[in-house]
Order: sequence, then C-alpha cells, then structure tokens
Amino acid sequence: MIALADYLTVGAILFCLSMAGVFINRKNVIILLMCVELMLLAVNMNFIAFSHFLGDISGQVFVFFILTVAAAEAAIGLAILVVLFRNKRTINVDDLDTLKG
Amino acid sequence: MNFEMPNFLPAIPEMYLLGMACIVLLVDLFLTDRTRIVTYYLSQATLIGAVILTLGQFGQPTQLTFSDTYILDPMANLLKLFALGATFFVFLYSKDYLRERNMFRGEFFTLGLFGVLGMMILISAHNMLTVYMGLELLSLCMYAMVALQRDNVVASEAAMKYFVLGAMASAMLLYGMSMIYGVTGSLDLAEISRAIGSVNDGNIVLVFGLVFIIVGVAFKLGAVPFHMWVPDVYHGAPTAVTLYISTAPKLAAFAMAMRLLVDGLGGLHAQWQDILILLAILSLAAGNIIAIAQANIKRMLAYSAIAHISFILFGILAGTSNGYSSAMFYAITYVIMGMGGFGIVLLMSRAGFEADKLDDYKGLNERSPWFAFMMLIFMFSMAGMPPFLGFWAKLSVIQALVDVELVWLATVAVVFSVIGAFYYLRIIKLMYFDKPEESAAIESSMDMRVALSTNGLAVLVLGLSPGALMALCVAAIG
Repeated sequence: MIALADYLTVGAILFCLSMAGVFINRKNVIILLMCVELMLLAVNMNFIAFSHFLGDISGQVFVFFILTVAAAEAAIGLAILVVLFRNKRTINVDDLDTLKG
Repeated sequence: MNFEMPNFLPAIPEMYLLGMACIVLLVDLFLTDRTRIVTYYLSQATLIGAVILTLGQFGQPTQLTFSDTYILDPMANLLKLFALGATFFVFLYSKDYLRERNMFRGEFFTLGLFGVLGMMILISAHNMLTVYMGLELLSLCMYAMVALQRDNVVASEAAMKYFVLGAMASAMLLYGMSMIYGVTGSLDLAEISRAIGSVNDGNIVLVFGLVFIIVGVAFKLGAVPFHMWVPDVYHGAPTAVTLYISTAPKLAAFAMAMRLLVDGLGGLHAQWQDILILLAILSLAAGNIIAIAQANIKRMLAYSAIAHISFILFGILAGTSNGYSSAMFYAITYVIMGMGGFGIVLLMSRAGFEADKLDDYKGLNERSPWFAFMMLIFMFSMAGMPPFLGFWAKLSVIQALVDVELVWLATVAVVFSVIGAFYYLRIIKLMYFDKPEESAAIESSMDMRVALSTNGLAVLVLGLSPGALMALCVAAIG
C-alpha cells in the first residue's frame, strides 16, 4: 500500500525539480514555461493525494480548475514568447537583460 | 440528486461586469479605428454601472453564497467600490496616451474590465478555490496587458519576466494551499480557521503551508525579497498599463492577504507576524534606499510602491482590527496618490516622448504651474507630509503598531519614511527650482485635466478631513 507520505514526497521532489529548473536554466525560455507547468502538476499530485486520503472530493475539483487555468496560462505564456521572439530574435534567458530588476 | 439554486444577489455587480465585458468584446469587433471611442465609452459606462450596483449593496449584512465560496461583507463592498473607481480613472487617464501610440484598441479596455472582474472575485473570495480563480483572472489579464504594445522590445521582455515570476508565485501559493488543505481537510476559509484552532501549534505541515502562502501573497503585493518584477514591469510596460497595474490590483492584493492570513489562518497570527515583520522591514529599507538611485520616474515610483507596501504589511501584522482598518486606509490612500503620480507622467508624455526621465520634470512649474502644484501634492502626500492624505495613512498605521507595543517597528518606519522623503522632494526641487529643458506648454484634453485636478484636490481635501474615509475603513473591518 502506498502511503500518503510517499505521494507527498513525489510532489515535493517534482516541485523542487521544477524550481531548480527555473533558476538553473539559462538557455531557453520555453524550458522555463515547462518548469512552471511541472510546478502546477506537483501541486496537483498533492491535492489528489490529500483528497483521496481525506475522503473529501473538493481537492479533486480544485485540480480540475488548476488544470484549466494552467492551459490558459500556457496560452498566454506562449503568446508572450512569440512577441518576445519577434522583437529580440532570441529566446535565450541570458539575453533578457535590457531591464535590470 | 438535489440542486439548490444559489442566491445570486450578492454577486450582482460581478455578473453585470462579466456580461458587459463580453458585450464590449463583441461590440469592439464591429468598430473601425475611427469609431473605436465607442469601446471606451461603453467600458466607462460599464464601470459606472458596476459602481452603482456595488453602492446598492452598501450597508448590507455579511452574506455567503455559492456554497459559501463567495462572501459579501462591508470590507469587500468598500474595496470593490475603490477598485472600480480607480479603474475608471485609469481608463480616463490612458485614453490620450493610447491614442498617440496606436494602442487605442479594444483589447486594453476588455482586458482591463476582465482584470477588474478578477479583482472583485478575489476581494469577495471565501474559499481557497475562489482566491485562486480571482487571482489568476487578474494576473492573466495583467500579463497580456504588459505585452500589449507588440513592437516594444522592453515591454515584451518585462511581460516575459512578469509572466514567469508570476506563474511561479501562483504555483507557490497553490503548494501552500494544498498543505493547508491536507491539514485542515477543507478549502473553505471559515472551516480552515475553525480547524486550525483544534490543531496543535507546532504542526510542521501547517507552518510549511503558511510559509508558501506568504511567499505567494508577498509576491503579488511586491514585497522584498519577492519584488524583482515590480521595477522591471513598471518600467517596461507602457505607462498606461503601469498605471493600471500600480493602482487597483494593490487593493485586490491587500484583500487577498486579509482573506488568507486573517480570515483563514488567523489562528497562526503569532507565526506569520514574525515573517511579515521581516518582509515589511526589508521592503521599507530596500524600497526607500534604491528609489534614491533611480533616474527614471517610473522605476522610482516602482520602488516607492515597494516601500508603501511595507506600511500595508505593518497594518496587517499588528493583528488588531485597528491595524487592519489602518492598512486598508493606507491601501486606498496609496491607490489615490499613485494614480495621480502616474497620471502626471501620462499627462506629460506625448507621441514619441515618454516623459519617464526625472530630468523631464525640470521647470514644470514654468510650463504648467497648476499641474506642477498637483504633482507637488502627490509627492508631498507620498512622502507623508501633513496636511495631505498620505500623512494620515502613515500616522494611523504607526498608531496601530504602537498600540500593540511594537514601538521599535514604528521607529524604523518613521526613520525610513524620512529617508524616503528625499526622493519625493527631489522631484519638487526639479519642478520648481530648475530651468526647463523645453518650453512647450503641456497639451492635454479637457477631461484629463479635470480628472487629474479632481484627483489632486481629493488628496488635499481628504487630507484636511480624513475622518470620513477613516470611519468608512473602520466600519468596513468592523
């Protein structure tokens, strides 16, 4: 039997991996977008595990909403990416340095 | 299977806004560039209608609807009113700027309206799901608006940064929510609050979730160390969009902090107070000191926004109803002042000239004494000089801090406010004591002048008699 802690561990590992991906990756903005998606999937893993072990359905409903919003978010992210590529002719993360936060 | 019809009445302003935003979207399709002004008037009419509907709910007792996911309480009512009003002014100020830059398209207004809808949902959220949906509706609109000027290199870069960091912050917030859900077994904020009372204090998962939620909230507010996006987005976005992002969404972010931290996780006040103290001090110090080094007024106002956010955090972390109402007072005050500040930037800019350098403000007094005076009011108010509105906002927050015996924190706040006064006064010095680099008079349309003057005089008049607004905030927190 797989315990709740195991699911949470997988979720945490996925979350950390995607977080590391955002910060370590210096090459490609598309990989950043993939990392963000992975982050949301890690959260979904948590919600479903909790929902199952608590016997409460609302966590799974939340997951449907997250998936839908993630799709909309990806659409906007890719649209911004296209605009960026048209303007700069590159999607290298290191080249995004006109503005210095 | 029985389906109970929810009570739609508390959400009437939102439903009206949604319907009208769709109508604006459709009508805009059939307009040519020459008749585009119809979209603008329709959007403004939509906002006025929503204000009237929201006013109609004024003074109603707290109601829950849609299976308790949605709340109408006095706080929601007041914040919605100001969010709608601020957006009305934002559209008004932006009109000429957008026209001169070939950006006067329906997208700005429809995205703006949907963004306001997101804010209203966020403000009325009573369930973590509603918080998330409102937040995303608002954020997605703002990402798209930053990239609205498609041939602008800086804006598209700012949009990308904003998007990646914003999406990451949302994910962190969600991760925190999943932890809280796991411990309390509910998404409903009132249920969570009840459940936390019965969980023992040292529950590690609960604290873990709390930290992630605070990271998400701090990002949306723009508090240090999660502020990296603020200067870049304020600087990179077209000024009209900067104006939008810097005003009403701050009210929504304040509401989000209140709903999650106070309504939901109020039982963990001792834990989140320490974290917020740290965030607030860092924001105050970094915001005020880095702002001094800026030569671009949009970046300067961005760092000033970061510094102002720390006062809102001070009010919330005090943890008393006095503190909450003063934080709300501060948020509303900041929106009114910030709107005026960026309004002047919009007024000064014209086709091919952004007016975003500090040097562009040299000798403004000789070119337009009245608007130089308006800018003086906004800058004095932001610096916290009496008798302007900003002074009372700072005073009430500091009072709330002293009430809970955080005198050292109040001292820090005062010291950094004095440091911060430097860069506000520098603008006044540039306007009044330097020679102008050009002598052309400021051209602008009549409605813009009237609105900006109203905005400036509001800061002055409300500053002379702050009692009414303060009483509204106190009544709203109740």
